[in-house]
Amino acid sequence: MSVLHCADLSPATLNTLLSAKLAQAPAFFMQAPIVLNLSDVLQTPDFTALKSLFTELKLVLVGVSGANAAQKIAAHAAGLAVLQVGKATVKTKEPASQAQSASSTAEASNDRRPTANAAPSIAPATMDSKIVEQTVRSGQQIYAKGTDLIIKGAVGAGAEVIADGNIHIYGSLRGKAIAGASGDTSKRIYCYNLQAELVSIAGNYWLSDSLQGKFWSNSACIKMQDDSLVISELV
Amino acid sequence: MAKIIVVTSGKGGVGKTTSSAAIGTGLALAGHKTVIVDFDIGLRNLDLIMGCERRVVYDFVNVINGEANLKQTLIKDKRTDNLFILPASQTRDKDALTREGVEKVLNELAKDFDFIICDSPAGIESGAMMALYFADEAVVVTNPEVSSVRDSDRIIGMLSSKSRRAEQGLEGIKEHLLLTRYNPERVEKGEMLSVEDVKEILAIELIGVIPESQAVLNASNSGQPVILDTESDAGQAYLDTIKRLLGEQVPFRFLTVEKKSFIKRIFGG
Repeated sequence: MSVLHCADLSPATLNTLLSAKLAQAPAFFMQAPIVLNLSDVLQTPDFTALKSLFTELKLVLVGVSGANAAQKIAAHAAGLAVLQVGKATVKTKEPASQAQSASSTAEASNDRRPTANAAPSIAPATMDSKIVEQTVRSGQQIYAKGTDLIIKGAVGAGAEVIADGNIHIYGSLRGKAIAGASGDTSKRIYCYNLQAELVSIAGNYWLSDSLQGKFWSNSACIKMQDDSLVISELV
Repeated sequence: MAKIIVVTSGKGGVGKTTSSAAIGTGLALAGHKTVIVDFDIGLRNLDLIMGCERRVVYDFVNVINGEANLKQTLIKDKRTDNLFILPASQTRDKDALTREGVEKVLNELAKDFDFIICDSPAGIESGAMMALYFADEAVVVTNPEVSSVRDSDRIIGMLSSKSRRAEQGLEGIKEHLLLTRYNPERVEKGEMLSVEDVKEILAIELIGVIPESQAVLNASNSGQPVILDTESDAGQAYLDTIKRLLGEQVPFRFLTVEKKSFIKRIFGG
């Protein structure tokens, strides 16, 4: 949901600002639900007036976040939802300090970091790989968000292993492996024994039919090259 | 303290109830006080395999609902000492089992018995989950064919994530692989997965291989657990399985094609 941050909530100023913004992409914001963030605002605005302003601009004001006690009461009275500040907003401040303190060591050892996140100053300095110590059974699904996935065992038929980073499987891959799930084509899949139902890197996939041949039931590395998947020897 | 063993598979018709009956009987024969609990509410079969279908008065659901006590409900096996059966209800469905109710009954059984064998229904729904939730050990019954192996893989995943031991962070359920309906001739022809294939895919310890045998069908039809048919290969294979379950080292039998003798080849048989 779109969140609007604005320090000056007088209807006139807001009208000018929003109209300018909406002119850029009128269809995109048509009847969009909007949450108003009040963390920079001290006084209690006239929520009823704001609501009618939003309606005029073909937007729907659904609630407020970051409100203080008085603002909450007023928002309730105007029939607006009072929401918690989203996690994403909080995160921007907190990990930044960690990143600075740990970045010198991490940057040298971790070459995937710059591509993993568009805003490196916000991301934590190092993302630990997700390590699974046992076999992934049929029907199980494992997702390594924003990092690599390492599996010390097999991936059974009907199981799915997904990572935004690379996938390493120290056993047979009989299920599905999806690397670079958030769209990073530089990610790879490594496995000891390739018998996969499906392999995919950044949305480009091959079914088991395309994997038959020299590398079937052998160790293999799958990567993207010139907009196509290629399989090569692991070592 | 009683040991709770669930006999499970995911897929139906692979031999869970036959194996539950054989394992329960085998443990009782070895001198351990054993009860076999039928968790297949609505599709009661264990009583038929055990040949006690005419003696069912009360059932598992009656006990859970407090309509009967355990003493009234347990059926004592006529052939084997130390062996009791807790039949399932045929008129109810799987939702009649509640976790609290099952726990109460199992706790009560645990006071009297050395082994509680839980005969799981097929599937991965509430009935099967209820049967495996309280288990200490699991016998995963698998046929040497791909769909059964995949379903077993799924159930093994559930054993390690959906059981009480998993939820409380205790040592995981000890999983045993029981391969049933094994036919070495068809394995040799490449029509059936071999023991090695299945072991490789499921990666759990093998506890027994039961050969495909007419004796199993005969035993089911006559309501006598096949393990009592000590002449048959299947009966002997189950006896070996019990020894392994109790910690003995026994070599595996019936894994290769038996060479027919000259006379048998001429006259058939």
